Amino acid sequence: MNGVMQSVANWWDGVWGPISGTPVGWTLFTTGQILLVTVGILLSLAFLLLADRKIWAGVQMRKGPNVVGPFGLLQSFADFLKFVTKEIVIPAGSDKVVFLLAPLLTFILAFIGWAVVPFAPGWVIADLNVGILYLFAISSLGVYGIIMGGWASNSKYPFLGGLRSAAQMVSYEVSIGFVIVTVILLAGSMNLSDIVNNQAGGLAHWHAFAPKTLVIMFPMMVIFFVSALAETNRPPFDLPEAESELVAGYQVEYSSTPYLLFMIGEYANIVLMCAMLTILFFGGWHPPLDVAPLTWLHPFVWFALKVVFWFFMFAMVKAIVPRYRYDQLMRLGWKVFLPTSLVAVALVAAIQVYGRVS
Amino acid sequence: MMDVLVQQLFFAGAEVWLAVMAMVLLVVGAFVGNRATAAISYASVLVLAAAVAFIIGLNGHPRVSLFGGAISTDALANFGRIMVFVTAALAIVLGDRWMKRVGLQKFEYPVLMLLAALGMSVMVSANSLISLYLGIEMQSLALYVLAAFSRDNPKSSEAGLKYFVLGALSSGLLLYGISLIYGFTGQVGFAEIANALPTSSKVGVVFGLVFMLAGLAFKVSAAPFHMWTPDVYEGAPTPVVAFFSSAPKLAAMILTARVLTEGFALATPEWQQVLIVIAVLSMIFGSFGGLVQGNIKRLLAYSSIANMGFALVGLAAGTAAGVQSVLIYMVIYMLTSLGLFAGLLVTARQGRPLESFEDFAGLAKVRPGLALVMTLLLFSAAGIPPLAGFWGKFFVFKAALDAGLVWLAVIGVVLSVIAAFYYLKLIKVMWFDEGDRPVDGIAWDAGLVALAMALFVGPISWFVLPVLEPWALRAAAILF
Amino acid sequence: MGLYDIAFYIISAITVLAAVGVVAARNPVHAVLFLILAFFNAAGLMVLMGAEFLAMLLVVVYVGAVAVLFLFVVMMLDVDFVRLRQGFAQYLPAGLVGAIVLLVEMLVVTQAAKDIRQPMVAELRHPENVRAIGYELYTDYAFYFQACGIILLIAMIGAIVLTLRHHPNVRRQNIARQVGRRREDSMEIVSVKTGSGVEE
Repeated sequence: MNGVMQSVANWWDGVWGPISGTPVGWTLFTTGQILLVTVGILLSLAFLLLADRKIWAGVQMRKGPNVVGPFGLLQSFADFLKFVTKEIVIPAGSDKVVFLLAPLLTFILAFIGWAVVPFAPGWVIADLNVGILYLFAISSLGVYGIIMGGWASNSKYPFLGGLRSAAQMVSYEVSIGFVIVTVILLAGSMNLSDIVNNQAGGLAHWHAFAPKTLVIMFPMMVIFFVSALAETNRPPFDLPEAESELVAGYQVEYSSTPYLLFMIGEYANIVLMCAMLTILFFGGWHPPLDVAPLTWLHPFVWFALKVVFWFFMFAMVKAIVPRYRYDQLMRLGWKVFLPTSLVAVALVAAIQVYGRVS
Repeated sequence: MMDVLVQQLFFAGAEVWLAVMAMVLLVVGAFVGNRATAAISYASVLVLAAAVAFIIGLNGHPRVSLFGGAISTDALANFGRIMVFVTAALAIVLGDRWMKRVGLQKFEYPVLMLLAALGMSVMVSANSLISLYLGIEMQSLALYVLAAFSRDNPKSSEAGLKYFVLGALSSGLLLYGISLIYGFTGQVGFAEIANALPTSSKVGVVFGLVFMLAGLAFKVSAAPFHMWTPDVYEGAPTPVVAFFSSAPKLAAMILTARVLTEGFALATPEWQQVLIVIAVLSMIFGSFGGLVQGNIKRLLAYSSIANMGFALVGLAAGTAAGVQSVLIYMVIYMLTSLGLFAGLLVTARQGRPLESFEDFAGLAKVRPGLALVMTLLLFSAAGIPPLAGFWGKFFVFKAALDAGLVWLAVIGVVLSVIAAFYYLKLIKVMWFDEGDRPVDGIAWDAGLVALAMALFVGPISWFVLPVLEPWALRAAAILF
Repeated sequence: MGLYDIAFYIISAITVLAAVGVVAARNPVHAVLFLILAFFNAAGLMVLMGAEFLAMLLVVVYVGAVAVLFLFVVMMLDVDFVRLRQGFAQYLPAGLVGAIVLLVEMLVVTQAAKDIRQPMVAELRHPENVRAIGYELYTDYAFYFQACGIILLIAMIGAIVLTLRHHPNVRRQNIARQVGRRREDSMEIVSVKTGSGVEE
């Protein structure tokens, strides 16, 4: 057995050795990492989507998907096959290039954000020192897919949906930005790994719960969470696709694979937001208490658990809260969240400068 | 460290105070609403008065450079600040009463005026290309909005839009020039540019300078960058125009004088040529263009173009006496023009303002006092000897003669005679034309401002000029 | 040619092509989309130069916010570009003269640019570019920074003054009043005799 392993390792060294360190090797290595992350996320998305539907069903005392596979576990794969095998319908009056570009863009943007997410110590594709700004930038680009799709469909409901979503995302980005600034102030770095490491040592060190800033940062976490709902067009802020007003908003004219791309992109964005919540406020890969049985688990498991927790919150909100009216949405963003988070930035900065009594 | 900051904030006290108080008043307005307009207007006047008092308190203090050479507090800056703040205060009073009459009370008016005054204050004290640009933008942005302030009036919106679009274009020219200068000298501070000039490429710097002067000429509405002036003057609300035609031009003149003499003293022959061309063109366009106008506000716009030409003659001299003459000329022009526009606000016919020659026909019969005040102001603007306007022109042309620009002075004198024609035409219309249609009551605030300015250009100027002359010389002297 | 060069050539080629697209595109929405592509690739070039903070800001501010509003406006405007271009030619001579003058000037200036003495690279006070920019902005350039802030404030006031209208007849939601409403304020329990109804 050992001999086989040894010969495999030798063969690997023979293949990899000459190209490691060269541009070709670097390219291959990074491509491998990217594929690994992408496939991993796609697979987990399949089950998270199912979880979303199951939770929703549970709240409404239904069973949810339960036919394909045990407990309906394979439902997402069945849906996937169905979507890919259907015919792509492109409206005659649409702008075909932009129409097809839009879902692709949503899909790609939802995935390139993951490049800087640290899943565990050192488990990150690109450890940028402005990682959090990168995430913020990428998430602010998400609006293009929707607005392009809405416009290119050349149809009224999609267009209205696109416009709604543009205004909504631009509005909530502002408060997300300010919340991120508070975290940057606390961590003193824009590197996501540094931000996570700043929260090492258990619950009392997590940004959301650190006693010194608890009164400010816990509400900031809530604001971030709610803004994340708005940013990802999730209920109760799903006005861009409000089925009772706009049929399905920007997705009306989409079918088959383009629709699937939109859908996957949307869910990947939601999970990305969950990851951001985890990294910014919930201590990333650190266990809630720095004691023996908890530290035995691999950091990645903690990270994944926290992401799943946040996803559960997303799903619960969807099931419980009724949809906002548009003016209420705008009021909440501009008149409540923006001033609150702005004050919080000032307070956190003051605490960081003057609060170091110890 | 802290002491340095406090000291710098102290010497920039006027700016800091204006900025802080503008924000305070803005917040008050946002919470109380338009009911508070009058209160905010008078508070802004007090704010400006306090700023003036503070600057007078600094009088005689040697030059202090602030914020790493961004701005400086010196005699010239203080001269400009005081004039700008006084004009802004007058325009706020005029505007407040006017808004009340036309039912357009908005608390943003005094706040924007304060911020415009802040921008001009930065302009007159700018010591680097960046603060030059920021000051101009601060001032212009507030003025764009003020030009379109009565937004339901299409002419006002048109004025705002034209001013904005052309202003953005001129800012582009200005920035292009600034970037060339920065590229070729590697510096943005005026003093540093002056040091780097001998070793820099002449061609590049001159190109930059030309673009920068084009941008600045736009801001003072000098030809050939004057196209916006008549339309904006005609469309914008009259109290705003009163402000437009006065403070920003003084600020831009001081800024031009400072950047040219402090930064580009070594390139004097080059910028002198450019200034002479601009001055001659402005005088020609302003004098001849005004002859064919039927609307008084447009006529005053051409008058201001011509006046900028005269002022630039003084600047083109490139001497301390030249800058001194520009300062004196600009102060007299500012107050005359403020008085004339206030005069336009004094009365109306059934709520419609008097704006054309026909409106003024026979005014002397129905409102002899107003006609007298306007006549005095117009005589001064035309440069009739005992009045202040004459002395302004006298100083400017004398500076040009002393600097050897004889023919420029001659052209100036000839064109000022031509320009005098349209002022006299208005006087003739008021006193000798038929027409005794009744006019509305008198708006006393505007009447008082007009009267005060008329008295100033008349008898008071004989007492003020002896004070103004050495003061302007002291201010001008710091550049040389 | 290393990875760096390959990346540089690809990104700059896309930037240039996108910029050409902005001008050449017939459909204004496509033009804005090209503009976004150009912005994005410009950010890529900045990353290559090691200015990742500026690159991210460019994406966040220009691509994420400004261009969205551009797109918004362009989509809402129903501009008939064919009609707009009619009579375009009459401005051609004036435009050409201006363009030629500018071109000649630029050529002269590029000639003069040979005289620029030193490559002007500012001295960094801090190796990390976020901190370096922060130090500069809040020390030497604090005045300019604040002045920019005031300019933006003016722009904001201006936008509100020129566009905000309070329509007197529109009913608005007053959340405080809605929440503060109590049963006693709006309900009254009366026992009604059969057949007599309720009096006001």
